[in-house]
Amino acid sequence: MRLFKSLLLSVLVLSVVSVPAVSAETRIRCASTTSTQNSGLFDYILPIFEKKTGIKVDVVGVGTGAALEIGKRGDCDVVFVHAEEFELKALKEGYFVNRYDVMYNDFIIIGPSNDLAKIKDMKSASDAFKRITETNYFFVSRGDRSGTHIKELSIWKKAGIEPKGQKWYLEVGQGMEKTQRVANEKKAYTLTDRGTWLATKDKDKLEMSIVLEGDPILFNQYGIMAVNPERHRHVKYKEAMEFVIWIISQEGQKAIADFKDKNSNQLFIPNAK
Amino acid sequence: MDSIISGFVKAFSLIFHLDKELLGIIFLSLKVSGLALIIAAAIGLPFGAIIGLRRFYGRDLIISVLNTFMGLPPVVVGLSLYLILSRSGPLGFMGLLYTPSAMATAQSILAFPIVASLCHSAIVSVDPIIKQASVTLGATPLQVTITIMKEARYGIMSGVIAAFGRVMAEVGAILIVGGNIAGYTRVMTTTIALETDKGNFELALALGIVLLAISLMINMVLHYVQKLGVRTK
Repeated sequence: MRLFKSLLLSVLVLSVVSVPAVSAETRIRCASTTSTQNSGLFDYILPIFEKKTGIKVDVVGVGTGAALEIGKRGDCDVVFVHAEEFELKALKEGYFVNRYDVMYNDFIIIGPSNDLAKIKDMKSASDAFKRITETNYFFVSRGDRSGTHIKELSIWKKAGIEPKGQKWYLEVGQGMEKTQRVANEKKAYTLTDRGTWLATKDKDKLEMSIVLEGDPILFNQYGIMAVNPERHRHVKYKEAMEFVIWIISQEGQKAIADFKDKNSNQLFIPNAK
Repeated sequence: MDSIISGFVKAFSLIFHLDKELLGIIFLSLKVSGLALIIAAAIGLPFGAIIGLRRFYGRDLIISVLNTFMGLPPVVVGLSLYLILSRSGPLGFMGLLYTPSAMATAQSILAFPIVASLCHSAIVSVDPIIKQASVTLGATPLQVTITIMKEARYGIMSGVIAAFGRVMAEVGAILIVGGNIAGYTRVMTTTIALETDKGNFELALALGIVLLAISLMINMVLHYVQKLGVRTK
């Protein structure tokens, strides 16, 4: 039993001694989306900002809806998300101040390399969707309420088609990479984001190619805004604004443009005004 | 199958080239879970002892509630604690959200019912003759309690080990209240979840293997201590 006691004691001492020494450096908290965090963008741009200003940015990566909610409750200092409509609404309600466009990435429609449905010379995503339904090709959908899925549904809506339940509409309920693989197997069309496409098309040996890109409806705009200090007095508004101003400055925008994934593809296009 | 094999290969190379970041993550995991376990044991063991030894009104209900709470969904604990610790919540002024302390609190809530309930079971299964004997020999109520707890120590230890397994493997609660902030609240399980989301399956699997290896070592030590207790009976 003596050994047990000394063991317990040492664990206790260890845990008390090693309580994190939170240093005096200034930290701000940024609620953002998992997709942004997973891309590695923050790992690239934040050290540049931290070196310049000495402000450490802690990123909490959650879904877009949760990120906005965390900001509304005052649990972070700044939010960096991609849901323009919801951002503007929360801004108007007074939860946030100073919203700026930061960057965008885009969705693309991919299909079999021989593109038998002949989408390639089309310009509008909704027209392309309509064309796919008029042929005998499958359309594979994420079907998981992800950002990509929501975008896809908005295009169907614009095309005036209700895809759910149609026999050419396959809802797989999986991640983007898996969805692309299913589309490849089925010689089908699907909506994907450029980042996933570039990162996986060679690795997964997809016999597919981009059939439509560049329609503004396919743009995925990212915005940044600070939590309103009048609503939540404890927020570090000054430091948060330093971050906001930096990210839309020439230096911040260049850092975003310079960020490449492991296959040296640029994933985000800066477009702050 | 390839991914599984390369996951193992990667796990070994991770173990042999422990980099500073990974060490920090492992250390934080142990610290958060260790602290949670100490808190849960400090409250759970006396609690379990009381419901094991005393008979009082509402005791059966408490036992049923405890047993139910052994299966508390971590996400529910995380979300409830988030709402309490949030700046807009009742304890928001403490600024605890997204800190290791918040994570330890969440895990101690998950560990407490396991420690308390299994401690209670261990105590009620102690032979009643021991209690009678010690009372006959003139022991005070406190001495009786200590004697019975000593008899039940093997079972009590099992409860502590089970609770440790639960908190080390837990991800749902600490992800919500810790925020998985790099270098601050990122632990083994949240790293595994993040790497899986990123599509780095091999790295995620490798980290899982490292986590299991660490748990195995700790459990071997705990089991040794447990056996020691039986031999010296």
